[in-house]
Amino acid sequence: MPAASDLTDQIAVPTRRQLLGMIGTMGGAAAMYQAMTALGHAAETQFTGPPVLSGARPGASVVVLGAGLAGLAAALELSRAGYSVQVLEYQDRAGGRNYSVRGGDRIVEVGGATQTCEFAPGNYINPGPWRIPHHHRTLLHYCKTLGVELEPFIQNNHNGLIHRSNAFGGQPQRYKELAVDFKGHVSELLGKALNDGALDGKVSAEDKEKLLVAMREWGVLDRNMAFTPSIALSGQRGYDIPPGGGLDPAPTASTPNGLADVLSSNVWTQMGFYFNYVMQTTMFQPKGGMDQIAAGFMRQIGAMVRLNTRVAKIAQDASGVTVDWTDNATGQTGQTKADWCVCTIPPPVLSQIELQASDALLAAVRAVPMNGQLKIGLEMRRRFWEEDYAIYGGHSFTDQAISQLSYPNDKFFQDGPAVLLGAFANGAGALQLTGMTPAERIEVALDQGSVFHPAEYRREFISGVSVPWSRMPWIQGCTSRWTDASRAQHYTNLVTMDGRVVLAGEHATYYGGWMEGSLLSALNAIEQLHQRATAA
Amino acid sequence: MKSPAFVVLLAAVAAIPLAALRAQDSAGGTTNVSISAEGEAVYRQICQACHMADARGGSGAGTGIPALADNPRLADKAYAIDILVNGSGGMPWFTDMLTPQQIAAVLNHVRGHFNAYPDPVTVAEVEQAIAAAGGDS
Repeated sequence: MPAASDLTDQIAVPTRRQLLGMIGTMGGAAAMYQAMTALGHAAETQFTGPPVLSGARPGASVVVLGAGLAGLAAALELSRAGYSVQVLEYQDRAGGRNYSVRGGDRIVEVGGATQTCEFAPGNYINPGPWRIPHHHRTLLHYCKTLGVELEPFIQNNHNGLIHRSNAFGGQPQRYKELAVDFKGHVSELLGKALNDGALDGKVSAEDKEKLLVAMREWGVLDRNMAFTPSIALSGQRGYDIPPGGGLDPAPTASTPNGLADVLSSNVWTQMGFYFNYVMQTTMFQPKGGMDQIAAGFMRQIGAMVRLNTRVAKIAQDASGVTVDWTDNATGQTGQTKADWCVCTIPPPVLSQIELQASDALLAAVRAVPMNGQLKIGLEMRRRFWEEDYAIYGGHSFTDQAISQLSYPNDKFFQDGPAVLLGAFANGAGALQLTGMTPAERIEVALDQGSVFHPAEYRREFISGVSVPWSRMPWIQGCTSRWTDASRAQHYTNLVTMDGRVVLAGEHATYYGGWMEGSLLSALNAIEQLHQRATAA
Repeated sequence: MKSPAFVVLLAAVAAIPLAALRAQDSAGGTTNVSISAEGEAVYRQICQACHMADARGGSGAGTGIPALADNPRLADKAYAIDILVNGSGGMPWFTDMLTPQQIAAVLNHVRGHFNAYPDPVTVAEVEQAIAAAGGDS
């Protein structure tokens, strides 16, 4: 220990834990959280607890446009702070992309294609957000305080399947086998390079010895540093004859795949995927569907939300904000006036609505296009993935347009129908599927998904439903698309309060595509609004 | 488009944009989806997702998705190229999904089939627009 620590010991500096306890006692959770971050722990999100908005002027009012998570959180916190809040929502439900589709639900697309979901009671898909990282503390805070029960989302399933059209003759392989084999081959090659002296100029003799040990242990190589079949290796990738009991035969080793086959599988893309900060376990999902989060907000502030309300114009002047709207159900037109406005309408829609704001804000709204992801839910008569494949939740991946299958993370071992996520398509694959009729999409999903479960997929299929985000009339996209250039030019203009209007939502955050980002955006927006309102 | 490309599918890799991988939720696999080299097929595989098979667009919470059929703004081919190279409003740019050849082909289909503008868009014009936008053609 350096001398400085002797000195600090003498003056009895509290341990970090004691210090955090003291700060927590004195300053509450927010202060402790800030202190933890400052001390190098928990730098996971910029959430420090909901903002404390004190001193709102009596009678001050806010109109919130959009009842997605950003609008709902803004409305909840502003109403708690004493503002009079009215929320206007285009759809006949709250939640926006916080959305679950169940039996009886209708999906009407731009262009008129209409689907009615036929899933059995209790079954659903989450077409939008579907998994919650453990470090999304804002969202977890609201789930806890709103009484939304969470359960594990089985993210990394080592027994899931990997399919790549030009690998293994198109036969899917278990993730654990490919990942272990990739690790083993890479270890063997690095070991060879080290032993051949190829890296002698790059690493010290001491590090070379450590690396050789690491490669042997990590890659499960044999005593000659070769990646060969062994019982030890089978302890990672699985056995030919697995361990039994009593007079059962002794276990036998499985044979790893060759380097060329493993490389053709591209398994490193899945291994890398699970390394992503936002993809790391533990992950959660709400019991019974993602829309339970919106339902939790609505239990608190449902009375403030006007559904079926299409915003036609957003005007502002020195005295307030005026929103013109039309009721989708009755055709009735009306105006809502308020002192301030939180607008969460997504940019593709907002850019088509008359908005009185600075040129800089209007340019920013036009600069944020959206990606058009697509999801498909397929209801199957039984859980053949569990019963026949020992796959319990998590994913199987393919290079086809559907991109992946995901298995239900709840109700394991139950009899009766269950719903698979039969596609989570991005990019060109999503657009190709979106351009089809709903029936064609299901046919492609069944065709492509059959590579994983050929005997069961069509036989057990009951019904399917697709959600092509580009064709959802209320949003015309799924996730906002920023570039470094558009961030530099437009982001600050987009998120800065403009007169009496401040924007919030998934597009107004560095955490695009995640509910956490929408909530952080909303909390920052209402802090700006409150500061303006109390300074006025 | 009477060329070998008429029958040969370009194995254009529809990689997830790198920017999306930084934070957004995304599928874990990299898909390898082929896009045709032929304008009509590019329209069907890509454009009609939003603009619909008949290129008539559709209504939404705002003014909706614009029609490409009988669209007077597309008479200006520089405008049409600019939309695909730089995006516009809710519509993203397509330079990271389509090659300059595919962009020219689909623009000629949209401007020739759904409209009657005779002047063809050339690959060189698309490449110039991409270069002007600061990208690689």
